[in-house]
Amino acid sequence: MSAQLDTRAVPAVGSSAASARAAVHRTSLHRQRQWALWGSYAALAVFVVMFLMPPFYTLMTSLKSSAEISAQTGSPWLVKHPTLENFWYLITYPNFQTYYLNSVIITVLTVAVSMVISILAAFSLARMGFWGSNVLSTGVFLTYLIPPSLLFIPLFQIVGWMHLINSVWALVLLYPTLAVPFCTWIMIGYFSSIPRELDEAALIDGAGYLQILTKIFIPVAMPGIIAATIFAFTVAWGQFLYPLAYLYTSNQMVLTVGIISDLIRGDVFQWGKIMAACLLASLPPIVIYAFLMDYYVAGLTAGATKG
Amino acid sequence: MADGTSVAVGAIETPSGRTARPGTMTRIARRKSTIAFLLCLPLMVLIVGFVIYPAFYALYLSMLNKKMTAFVGLGNFAFLLKRHTFQLVIFQSCLFAITAVILKALLGFIIAHLMHNIPGKNQRIWRGLLLVPWVIPLALSTLTWWWMFDPSYSAFNWILNQFGMDNVPWLGVGWIARACTITVNVWFGTPFFMIMYLAALKSVPEALYEAASIDGAGARQKLFFVTLPMMRNIIAITVLFSLIVTFADFDIVRILTAGGPQDMTHVFATYAFQIGIQSGDIPLGAADSLFMFPILAFAAFFVLRGVTQRTKDIAA
Repeated sequence: MSAQLDTRAVPAVGSSAASARAAVHRTSLHRQRQWALWGSYAALAVFVVMFLMPPFYTLMTSLKSSAEISAQTGSPWLVKHPTLENFWYLITYPNFQTYYLNSVIITVLTVAVSMVISILAAFSLARMGFWGSNVLSTGVFLTYLIPPSLLFIPLFQIVGWMHLINSVWALVLLYPTLAVPFCTWIMIGYFSSIPRELDEAALIDGAGYLQILTKIFIPVAMPGIIAATIFAFTVAWGQFLYPLAYLYTSNQMVLTVGIISDLIRGDVFQWGKIMAACLLASLPPIVIYAFLMDYYVAGLTAGATKG
Repeated sequence: MADGTSVAVGAIETPSGRTARPGTMTRIARRKSTIAFLLCLPLMVLIVGFVIYPAFYALYLSMLNKKMTAFVGLGNFAFLLKRHTFQLVIFQSCLFAITAVILKALLGFIIAHLMHNIPGKNQRIWRGLLLVPWVIPLALSTLTWWWMFDPSYSAFNWILNQFGMDNVPWLGVGWIARACTITVNVWFGTPFFMIMYLAALKSVPEALYEAASIDGAGARQKLFFVTLPMMRNIIAITVLFSLIVTFADFDIVRILTAGGPQDMTHVFATYAFQIGIQSGDIPLGAADSLFMFPILAFAAFFVLRGVTQRTKDIAA
């Protein structure tokens, strides 16, 4: 952006006096801009330090032995004798393996179910339409605005009727309600931006609607699908209230709740292990965002700036 | 364009016979809308079964007595309103949501501006670093905050001690604990505002700033007369949306304080969990949750209006 501005400021000026004045003006402007730039970097650096303080502390604590933590000497921000024993303990700890596996299974199923439901619905709402489809689009958006904490108590009863209390299947059933509305909303946006000529051409060539969906819409709207998938993943991986309310035995537990219920026993906080567990549990989202952040941000901001 | 193509389709179809056309067309139309309806069916089942039905069921539940044997009308709501703890919950929920949203919006706006200043090719890495709080699942990062607020050997108290100050009982004193919950929420939510505002900033046409410069506008005037009016809609949508999410927050308060000290940090969600799930008074918990509804509906109405407005603006 600023490179553009610089080149725009450069064009030569006519008379020598004017050009000298312009040159002075330009260098002072340039200097001003340079200062503004460094100021921005400095301020951003301050924010980065503030924002990354907790993750850094997580990492430091996870590398400490229990003895080092309970000794309570020296700076808690630094680790004196780094060790991987916390990580090793967790990796070989059967309960933690179960939580991890449960989280993975629930997340994969949630993402799959949510994406199928929302892609089909978005295709229908963006392109085909039927009586009341506009109302449904609005309804989908309003559903997205309903937070999980509003309905978890009636859902507790409903889950109870289905005999799914303390079962991972309760989460597989309920998580899509949190993911599908927004995924559908993103997909409607992406599908609507596909030129109508494409599907009309396909219709003339004798393609059915499902063929249009699988051969044209899904490949073209891939960035949107990636964004929606990440959203569904984020919801399913990080949800805390539903597992806390509906699950209670360790064989059905997921990571977000399992770490707290398992590694905190009464007054004994095994902080080294808790922090190592947090790190291991945050790993999948961090890896996914590191590679696919651009798609997600694009999907999210398009959903808001384009509506 | 689309009309042009459909005219062409008509032209191709004419030779096959004008009389057969209306029938085929209606059949196709009927088939099309039937397929469309079927494609939406899973979505509708999901929404009706797990959102709309539970919503009405919550209303019904909230009017029962604790054992769910008798109908008590609005008794639960009246009972809650008279309870001192619940008055604290209302106050803290509003304080928590409003303070946190204002701080997030301000910080997000400042950071988005700083990001907008630096060259585009460097933005990616800075954005990546600043988005970290938002990427880590909230329930997990709140655990770290809990540990940093630990009274005996806490990260913050150690820093204070280095400057010769006394330990602060971070989560042990009501107002400090309230400030702590807000801090964690701001830390978690600011990156979201940052990316929304950054996207909005990028969509303000450069020509407007140039025109403002030619008219002699300074940086502050550009901010108030170009940037803010252009971003008004997106700011409103983001703030209201965040208000909904923050107001209904559960994770932070539940993990950091579980509502304590003396119920001073309870918000609607955590209080509903405590009375509904932990104490087993499901109707009372349902009633507590429903108190959120008017505020959520109010915010949702304006979010929807903003988004529709925005869609129209972009379509126009």
